[in-house]
Amino acid sequence: MFDDRYTLANKIYPYEKSPDQDLPDAVRHPVVIVGGGPIGVATALDLGQQGIPVLVLDDHEGIGMGSRAICFAKRCLEIADRYGCGEPMLDKGVVWNLGKVFHRDDKVFEFNLLPEQGHKYPAFINLQQPYFEEYMIDRLRHLQAEGAPIQLRGKNRVDAVAVKGDHVVLDVMTPDGAYQVEADWLVACDGASSPLRDMLGQDFTGKVFEDSFLIADIRLKGDVSFPTERWFWFEPSHGEGASMLLHKQPDDVWRVDFQIGWDVDRKHELKEKNIRRRLDAFLGGVEYDMVWSSIYTFQCKRMDSFRHGPVFFAGDAAHQVSPFGARGANSGMQDVDNLGWKLGLVIKGQAPDALLDSYSVERVHGADENILNSTRSTDFITPKSEISKIFRDAVLTLAGKARFARPLVNSGRLSVPCVYDGLPLNGPDRLTGGPARTRVGAPMVDAPVDGAWLLEKLGGEFQLLTIDADAPELLDVDGIPVRRVALSAVGNPELADRYLGDGPSAVYLMRPDQHVAARWDHYDPAAVRAALNTATARA
Amino acid sequence: MTSLNMDPNIAQPDDFYARLLAAHEGKSKAESDAINARLILILANHIGDTPVLLEALDLAAEA
Repeated sequence: MFDDRYTLANKIYPYEKSPDQDLPDAVRHPVVIVGGGPIGVATALDLGQQGIPVLVLDDHEGIGMGSRAICFAKRCLEIADRYGCGEPMLDKGVVWNLGKVFHRDDKVFEFNLLPEQGHKYPAFINLQQPYFEEYMIDRLRHLQAEGAPIQLRGKNRVDAVAVKGDHVVLDVMTPDGAYQVEADWLVACDGASSPLRDMLGQDFTGKVFEDSFLIADIRLKGDVSFPTERWFWFEPSHGEGASMLLHKQPDDVWRVDFQIGWDVDRKHELKEKNIRRRLDAFLGGVEYDMVWSSIYTFQCKRMDSFRHGPVFFAGDAAHQVSPFGARGANSGMQDVDNLGWKLGLVIKGQAPDALLDSYSVERVHGADENILNSTRSTDFITPKSEISKIFRDAVLTLAGKARFARPLVNSGRLSVPCVYDGLPLNGPDRLTGGPARTRVGAPMVDAPVDGAWLLEKLGGEFQLLTIDADAPELLDVDGIPVRRVALSAVGNPELADRYLGDGPSAVYLMRPDQHVAARWDHYDPAAVRAALNTATARA
Repeated sequence: MTSLNMDPNIAQPDDFYARLLAAHEGKSKAESDAINARLILILANHIGDTPVLLEALDLAAEA
């Protein structure tokens, strides 16, 4: 019928024939998601939690093998928490704070992420991608059991798509043959080589980087261990890579990443004896088992627009970056966070279609930020010209003895959440002396409140966060409810520091994705109404 | 806002120039390139002022 393109780690959603396949006419679904990877499943969780029927089509029957993405950032985990699956990720993940940078075997310097206290989630966890996906699918099954209208169909491959004005028609292939599915809205989460993007004739433009990286996941034998730190080597003297990364994962697995150049024979390099040759050069006499290996190349590209009529692109299908800095899956999760509530409001008739254009505007902004950062890291790690290598080496040589050069060392600028500065959905920022980190457009910053966490109280709906300020418990702004979350900063220095300005009170209007829509020092009903209408494209 | 100082600012220009050449004496092309790159980074950090640095970059690139 059709073959798997990759080996599965866990056949978690085997093919089952759907009754739709035997009906004479195509069944129309409000939302169809193509792709059962982390971004597709997250989209299903977001919409499913809102009670919106979603159908996920995936051309495989489960989670792909291999650690792949291993670094999940704080904002990504906070989004997963809103979907009800952040905690198992944190429990399983490895938390790290210390990074060390080496040049030709000498330690140049080390850095500490210096975690700020008062957050539910750390700056990063390392976790093999299959676990990340498994916890999300567990959550999806749990929601289904509670009656959420989510369907996940394995071995359902989309072979053709036709956009028919206000809906799309999909030709879907299954082991029982072809059938058609219609959708009011289609979300393409089908990965970096997105077949849907090609079927719709959309360009994917940017830079291809001419380098390859060999990943080897290994489990050390005996009493040997390394500290739980991120170690990065530029030009290691063993010569088995122009750069190398060592990073810990759960289950005592270590990720080793070798930069091996552009003109490589993949098949040759992936032979176990050749991988072991590189590993042995690095590890000396240490014994280890091989867990997984792969070679990857990458590009920094994006689509011009992430919306094409009733079709949205999210995750790697919309944008691809180098892996340095953990901006792939992490930014895809921010796409979903952004799209979910907008699509929900439009489907429920509470906001106009124009709100959906803001998905592309805001997430293109996010993608450009990620592409910029990851391109800069790539230019440092793999210098493209003689002179860029001369400057790179000069930075590394100086960094050992001169503090000023250390901030120039770029072994990946680690993903921080995107702030939608200056974009059309933003309302006024009228909190005098308000902290920059919680300015309009920023995601809310976590803080401890009443023995729990602030972010656990937020999201999924518009809310009015009042800190030592009065406001009605529930507002109805032309059909959209706005619930008050009343807090006090008295005796809570973290909350005061992160949310108060010069005065004693603050009022924040928050979007369902936990981003700040507007803020003031007191409650003003007309201002809140206007800001909510701006944030929903109704103004 | 400070701008790039285009006036002579080095007290003993001949002495400085001789020291600059001396730093490169007996060095290979690769070693000299590395010294120059480090020197640029050291001086740029000492200046620190972004508009001044950008003006200097423009002046150097157009020369």
